[in-house]
Amino acid sequence: MAQAATHDHHDEHHDEHHEHQNFFQRWVMSTNHKDIGTLYLIFSLLMFFIGGSFAMVIRAELFQPGMQLVQPYFFNEMTTMHALVMIFGAVMPAFVGLGNWMIPMMVGAPDMALPRMNNLSFWILPFAFALMLSTLFLPGGGPAGGWTMYPPLSLQSASLAYVVFAVHLMGISSIMGAINIIATILNMRAPGMDLLKMPVFVWSWLITAFLLIAVMPVLAGAVTMLLTDKYFNTHFFDAAGGGDPILFQHVFWFFGHPEVYIMILPAFGIISEIIPTFSRKPIFGYKAMVFAIASIAFLSFIVWAHHMFAVGLPLGAEIFFMYATMLIAVPTGVKVFNWVATMWGGSMTFETPMLFAIAFVILFTIGGFSGLMLALVPADFQYHDTYFVVAHFHYVLVTGAIFAIMAATYYWIPKWTGHMYSEFWGKVHFWNSVVWVNVLFFPQHFLGLAGMPRRIPDYNVAFANFNMISSIGGFLFGASQLIFLGVIIHCVWFSKKKATDRVWEGARGLEWTLSSPPPHHSFSVAPVIHDEELAHGHVED
Amino acid sequence: MRAGGIGKHGIKFKAKHAVVALGLGALGMFGGTVQANPQPGQLNLTPGVTTYSHVPYMLNNVALGVCVVIGILVFGAMFIAMFRFRKSRGAVAEKWSHNTTVEIIWTIIPILILITLAWLATDGLRQFSDTTGAQMTVKVTGYQWKWRYDYVDYQGKALDHVGFMSKLDDQSNQVRQLNSGLDPWSVKADGEQTYLLNVDHPLVVPIHTKIRFVITADDVIHSWFVPALGWKMDAIPGVVNAAWTNINTPGIYRGQCAELCGQDHGFMPIVVKAVSQEDFAKWLAEQQKPAAAPAPASTAAAPAQATAQVAPAHVTQG
Repeated sequence: MAQAATHDHHDEHHDEHHEHQNFFQRWVMSTNHKDIGTLYLIFSLLMFFIGGSFAMVIRAELFQPGMQLVQPYFFNEMTTMHALVMIFGAVMPAFVGLGNWMIPMMVGAPDMALPRMNNLSFWILPFAFALMLSTLFLPGGGPAGGWTMYPPLSLQSASLAYVVFAVHLMGISSIMGAINIIATILNMRAPGMDLLKMPVFVWSWLITAFLLIAVMPVLAGAVTMLLTDKYFNTHFFDAAGGGDPILFQHVFWFFGHPEVYIMILPAFGIISEIIPTFSRKPIFGYKAMVFAIASIAFLSFIVWAHHMFAVGLPLGAEIFFMYATMLIAVPTGVKVFNWVATMWGGSMTFETPMLFAIAFVILFTIGGFSGLMLALVPADFQYHDTYFVVAHFHYVLVTGAIFAIMAATYYWIPKWTGHMYSEFWGKVHFWNSVVWVNVLFFPQHFLGLAGMPRRIPDYNVAFANFNMISSIGGFLFGASQLIFLGVIIHCVWFSKKKATDRVWEGARGLEWTLSSPPPHHSFSVAPVIHDEELAHGHVED
Repeated sequence: MRAGGIGKHGIKFKAKHAVVALGLGALGMFGGTVQANPQPGQLNLTPGVTTYSHVPYMLNNVALGVCVVIGILVFGAMFIAMFRFRKSRGAVAEKWSHNTTVEIIWTIIPILILITLAWLATDGLRQFSDTTGAQMTVKVTGYQWKWRYDYVDYQGKALDHVGFMSKLDDQSNQVRQLNSGLDPWSVKADGEQTYLLNVDHPLVVPIHTKIRFVITADDVIHSWFVPALGWKMDAIPGVVNAAWTNINTPGIYRGQCAELCGQDHGFMPIVVKAVSQEDFAKWLAEQQKPAAAPAPASTAAAPAQATAQVAPAHVTQG
């Protein structure tokens, strides 16, 4: 108790100090994990709407057969930019923002381990994206070779140097963010917060951070080789000069496959926080959950060629990568079963974060099913580069990663702001999102099975019906996100309803022992760990 | 229908180029055969028309069935949990968070299912990768944004100068221009909706013949994809990939480039016309006439386009 009093006193002191900062000092020069987390989240939300507007252009052009709105080259710019913005601008920074906000609070630390680097790793991003998005307004246009940037096509692009530089900046930002998270988790935990007492979200980020450090330099290498091929007369990927275009694909996907897990592992962590809270029951099989995340991360390094089954790999390679890919279904299945088992025997309520979490489990699993089908090489020869793939990765990335981010936002925003969001409008947002996202992406499975290739601006009339349904779903899903924006704005500035410290009845973990909103520096004095206060305090077996 | 086909082609081309007219007239005879366009509302893969294409089709169906069953069990359990264990029904949370037996069971069973699927897939893959014993070889080259087909050998005999470019048919090309105001539904060939799925010169191949494709590209990466054959294969500059097919049913099989290859990636269709071996022999003989090859490919294109422009609905190429 004495400790707690000192603690409060310190917080007041720091909060007073922080009130003396002007706007510029607070937001631009910030070294505070919460402010930087907020910046990341705002940036990510902005990018989500920019990337989403590109998707609206795509779905509008595909609304009916025939070219009505844009030139094919601009369509390719839209597909490319949509992917780059969503991956590097929306999903990854959102997870970094959530990690920034929550990890110090979850492990009992005052702040991130490397606060100045934290500031830098954020502020690189707006410049990187300004650079990348500016190519749309430059002569020659933006990148239009797909987010995978396969040469030789990407070498035809006039904006390659801009994009490569932007990708380097994003990579630097991600690596710095990852170093910071690893340093925080390994060094800043409160005494008694053993590794196996950490919340699953912290575990998922620790593992993700190692993936980031391992693969972002690989991407940097790949795009640098593109750059030298275009401007310095090297021939890494030019067959005429002794190079090989497939080399790029191997290097790219050695980055790219772990990258897709970078975009889903923190989501697993988030869902593993939310489901126990609203089931009022500890997570089922905590150690299995941690081990499953680690296994998935390991497997992600040895399956990259499943993106390249159609490039003409040798039979042995096809078989190896098929088996390794199929193996991922086992730990992923364990996670899904564990979430269901957590719900089983619980005492469930269905607030908005829980609704998003349940939708995540169901829809991500559907995305996993199509992933399993894609792993079967002879079937993949039919699915590859069709809309079946588009449906697959949007199920895992939109109803997976993005639904988890939304779930996290609803789950923690009362803690962040000290105000409750509007449950009614949260639910309106949820039901609109979950209905329209399925109208948007489910028919794309059928389009792919019927043989419609991805990244085409126009199509045969046989594909017209499902494309129109998909576009309608797209517009309404896009519009539904304005509700999300409204809920956030209302919660931050207008909500009158105060949030309690332990916002949710079943919430366990150190972050809920802090006030809502939490003090400027989370734990000025290391908290005493009481096992029953932790989400997974009683891990014996 | 057959006679009509001959007549149309004959009339259209007679004045232009007699040799081509003969060749295309022969093609016109097969207008009434199987057509494998994608169908509106199609929900599943096409079973395909080759000795191999049932492999991906069956694998897809088996995998889909497995997924549906697992989905029903898992989502069913979730919905039961959501119904039974709601706080509003007075459910009190239990304390357990671990059960070794169930955990072992739900790890082992998926592994067994995966082994079954892997066995099926490996067998299919082994079949697909065996390109030996082919009776014919066709070289496919991808260009931005058209395909080139070169007939390398047939029944053990090397062929010389049989090859042509194949690109989007002119009618589709007009309709697909931005704000053309033309109706994609009006693009038809022999009653089929062929918008963006028709070419000026289809690849003509014989049925009941193991055909080896060697696939490469000249500029950027493309991918040669005809769903009815059951596979796609990337066409990569500097790399020669091999694949094979053995078509059982005569017909016209349509596909598209499946690898992003630049602005006209969406306008790079593939049409395979499978004909009987006798008709193929006739067609090949026409192609091999000294005057006919390889010039007709380019000279024939222009008159064909002119005809198409005059009467778009009348285009019955393929």
